[in-house]
Amino acid sequence: MVKNPDNFTPGHTACAGCGCAIAMRQIVNALGKDIIIANATGCMEIVSSCYPRSAWSVPYIHVLFENVPAVASGIVNALRAKGNDHTTVVCIGGDGSTYDIGFGSLSGMLERNEDVLYVCYDNEAYMNTGIQRSSSTPLHASTTTSQAGSVVHGKTQWKKPIVEIVAAHRIPYAASTSISFFADVEKKLKKAQAIRGSRFIAIHASCDTGWRHETDLAYDVCKLAVETGMWKLCEYENGEFKMNYKPAKLKPVEEYLKLQGRFKHLTKEEIEEIQKHVEEEWKKL
Amino acid sequence: MVVKTVEGSFAVAEAIRECEPDVVACYPITPSTHIAEDLNRMYADGEVKKYIAVEAEFSAISALIGASAAGGRAVSTTSSQGLLLMHEALFAASGMRLPMVLVVANRAVSAPLNIWGDQQDSISQRDSGWIQLYCETNQETVDSIPIAFKVSEETRLPAMVCMDGFYLTHSVEQIDVPEKKLVEKFLPKFNPEIKLDSENPLSLGVYAMPSDYQSFREDLELDLQKAKQSITRVQSEWNNLTGRNYGMIEQYMMKDAENVFVAMGSVCGNAKEAIDQLRANGEKAGLLRVRAFRPFPFGEVAGALNGKKNVAVFEKAVSLGGAPPLFGEVLCALNDLSRKPTVSSFIGGLGGKDVTVNNVAKIIVKIKDGEKRFEWV
Ligand SMILES: Cc1ncc(C[n+]2csc(CCOP(=O)(O)OP(=O)(O)O)c2C)c(N)n1
Ligand SMILES: [Mg+2]
Repeated sequence: MVKNPDNFTPGHTACAGCGCAIAMRQIVNALGKDIIIANATGCMEIVSSCYPRSAWSVPYIHVLFENVPAVASGIVNALRAKGNDHTTVVCIGGDGSTYDIGFGSLSGMLERNEDVLYVCYDNEAYMNTGIQRSSSTPLHASTTTSQAGSVVHGKTQWKKPIVEIVAAHRIPYAASTSISFFADVEKKLKKAQAIRGSRFIAIHASCDTGWRHETDLAYDVCKLAVETGMWKLCEYENGEFKMNYKPAKLKPVEEYLKLQGRFKHLTKEEIEEIQKHVEEEWKKL
Repeated sequence: MVVKTVEGSFAVAEAIRECEPDVVACYPITPSTHIAEDLNRMYADGEVKKYIAVEAEFSAISALIGASAAGGRAVSTTSSQGLLLMHEALFAASGMRLPMVLVVANRAVSAPLNIWGDQQDSISQRDSGWIQLYCETNQETVDSIPIAFKVSEETRLPAMVCMDGFYLTHSVEQIDVPEKKLVEKFLPKFNPEIKLDSENPLSLGVYAMPSDYQSFREDLELDLQKAKQSITRVQSEWNNLTGRNYGMIEQYMMKDAENVFVAMGSVCGNAKEAIDQLRANGEKAGLLRVRAFRPFPFGEVAGALNGKKNVAVFEKAVSLGGAPPLFGEVLCALNDLSRKPTVSSFIGGLGGKDVTVNNVAKIIVKIKDGEKRFEWV
């Protein structure tokens, strides 16, 4: 499945069926050996780097939860100051790190247009600390801090449109992709790697524990997210927006929602609300 | 030797420039701002390689961590709230054993908001695993920059150079800023073996289970204690080149002193003046200035205070609800002495409250009665 599996080695401790571990392999295998990875605190850090072992065969650094873009800024400036003009500095952050606590740091990095490729693996909650909501968690999804009770019915806010927000910084490249679209992920990573300045890619990546679906469904669930319009594959290149996946007809969102325990409590009206929102968004594109 | 009449901040920026940092990352906060602005102008003129104009102090320290991990010489400056905002990352920098220098222009912390000098900001970072040097004069601060880089890089411990805000940062005086040639002779190029390098991949900042974690902390503590040897040696190398000699502590009129004032930073200038005046009246007064607060020079302090009658520990910081920080360290240093002096605590100068020559003289005279005191001046 993966051509060169040794850059993110087997032996990490991710849950069975983890969509994010697939994203890690896609990242390192697309980008090759001449990279340095700066990773935020989160599941991917915890599953890959328990002393004295490491799943990374490319240079890797973890510092804190909310500062990866700044750490990467330091790395790339030091490399360039010392005459290294070739190594790609790559941030890997979860949605919690990217959308929430590290957002100021990210915005600062983008505004300075640092020569860094930022990759967010978006599993739509703080999974590492036990499935709490983030600003990436979709409307109505239940997490341990957006619970589905008798009065409040899951998360009451929409998902934050991170790619648009990032693109608004006028960086050369921002894109979103999904672990289930292998060619799309690889193409975007390689394209981004060839560009200088700040680049951003969000990869939709499932978490069977947090989304509460069967462990063998990572691929299907993420594919359905795109096919139902719940996640889009798109690119902003120098301000130009492009959709990379436009089916003639979207599948109903219910097909995606019904596979996952986090949406199990949804009423018919709530499902319709999501459906309507997706269709309106789609019309705009 | 080139003595120039310049602002303390500017001289510090020049000293930093002569150390040829790979990465400077700063965020403005009074009273450290002039240093950042001076460095940025040097960057604009091509004299400093990289200046990252970060969006917050938290990113400044994080950028230093990244730069140092990539094998770069990295430096920043901050004060007060900026340093407090860096707090979490300070522990990461030392825990990851990343050399770097942070110039702290000491300032009071909020609330209430106050931009003037005390040492609460850096004293509050004392458990973070950083070397901390407190300077009395601008000359000492300037000299401490190359010293701090050298010590930091050989011990793989980050270092803070602390200078009192305004008293030092904004005062214009004659300063000998070491020339590049001299700094080159003193400070080797920074080329660490352990660094992020795609030709030699390794993982930094991994997490440790209970079976391993404590030994990391123990190593850090032992190495910080050992850094004393490095500081002492590096300072004597500096002395050989410049004739300016710094120790872990400084003793002034201590030989026959009976009543001793202990303090850190620029207030020691006034203390020396007070002691000169008291000496002129036949008082046996002396000053023990602590320059290195981390690692704390227990042996040197005990040696200096052995046999003295009365000691007044004066400090510009509080540990609210606990022992005053410098006072507590001094008491700990004296623990094993058979002839212990009476030690009193004086807290003062907070938020820029004046500490005059007269204030110091009064304290030294006051402690002569041998009473133990806890007072705010
Ligand atoms: C300052 C700080 N606050 C909280 C935490 C605890 N924490 C660690 S990881 C995490 C959530 C990570 O979420 P995300 O970025 O989405 O990554 P994921 O775990 O989903 O992979 C939290 C809250 C922390 N490490 N640091
Ligand atoms: Mg997440």
